Amino acid sequence: MASLKDLRDRIGSVKATQKITSAMKMVAAAKLRRAQEQAEAARPYAERMERMLASLGSSVRGTPGAPPLLAGTGSDQRHLIVLATADRGLCGGFNTNLVRRARQLIIELRANGKDVQLLCVGRKGRDAIRREYGSLIGGTVEGIGRKAVVFEEADGIADRIRTMFAAGEFDVCTLIYAKFKSAIANEVQAQQLIPAPVPEASDDAGDDLGGAVYEYEPSEEAILADLLPRNVSVQIYRALLENAASEHGARMAAMDNATRNAGERIKGLTLTYNRTRQAMITNELIEIISGAEAL
Amino acid sequence: MADGKVEFELVSPERLLASRAVDMVIVPGGDGDFGVLPGHAPLLSTVRAGVILVYEGREVSDRIFVAGGFAEVTRERCTVLAEVAMPVSEIDTGKTEQDLRDARDDIAGATTDSDRDAASRRADIAQAKLEAVRRSTTH
Repeated sequence: MASLKDLRDRIGSVKATQKITSAMKMVAAAKLRRAQEQAEAARPYAERMERMLASLGSSVRGTPGAPPLLAGTGSDQRHLIVLATADRGLCGGFNTNLVRRARQLIIELRANGKDVQLLCVGRKGRDAIRREYGSLIGGTVEGIGRKAVVFEEADGIADRIRTMFAAGEFDVCTLIYAKFKSAIANEVQAQQLIPAPVPEASDDAGDDLGGAVYEYEPSEEAILADLLPRNVSVQIYRALLENAASEHGARMAAMDNATRNAGERIKGLTLTYNRTRQAMITNELIEIISGAEAL
Repeated sequence: MADGKVEFELVSPERLLASRAVDMVIVPGGDGDFGVLPGHAPLLSTVRAGVILVYEGREVSDRIFVAGGFAEVTRERCTVLAEVAMPVSEIDTGKTEQDLRDARDDIAGATTDSDRDAASRRADIAQAKLEAVRRSTTH
């Protein structure tokens, strides 16, 4: 049986762990709030941009000479998967879920005979996928959103993707990230980035155009040429924000669990400790009493 | 929709900067400034670096600097997607002049086309900022 000192030490170490996890939980909660606000603040821009793209894209898509960012390269042989994960662990199944989705997609694409390339945003995703698919990793971006995600960072990643696309290194680009739903739930998304998927222009857009068509200034093509690269940046920015919020949410839930588990563990250990102590006292008493009786 | 008003929305990637009903908006379009009044024909336009003027009544109520972006105009709405936006009154002239000098140095020292393009874009933005300040003080 463990000695009293051993038990005391173990209780002490579990208590120390509990303090750390509960502190991490509170930090995650504070960061979550900020990340969530930021993610929500960024939604209007992305929505407006989508609306513009929808009204532009549907009319230009079919025409010859449409920009490749919209119409594609005419092939879907080479795929680029952008896997956005966190830089740090201890956030439950967050990174694992994202990596699992990426792995699934890689297997699926390869089964269809496609070539796959990876761009990892976030250290954890790269670490997890390196062993199996290390040769596919074309690059890694780290340290995103150490404080808060800024647009320039997303733009930098987008720039890299656009350069690769312009150099003809891939045909289709898919972005994997976790969409934030609530503090305890997120949803892994695989979103096609290039060629830009054009949602059907909906009729219930709220504004009545009265069947009128947009005028374009300078021209449809010129706006699209500006809008499409911009859209890549915006979509990545949005994904990074959603990811950050999801990460903090997942970490908060995981740390909450860990704190609770530590509490239960302490309770159990304390019980054993008290029992052991009592048993020893009883033992000593028996010894004294039987000693006295023997006289 | 408020009668005789335009719903003006200004959005940057970070957040929604303004959303309210105003009487007229003047937007620095890629092909020249255009004014938006209620009932404007639907229009999609690029926006160059310049100043958005917001009119309430006959007075300019806000001058907002934008560093380029897009504008979508419908009969009752004017949405501007801006990359960078700030009120003209918050522009720091000294810092902007410094930016302009830096950008010009970079243009002179650029070795690749893309570096030069990036630097000249920065110079254009800084110049447009200074122009915006100058115009708002002389008027």
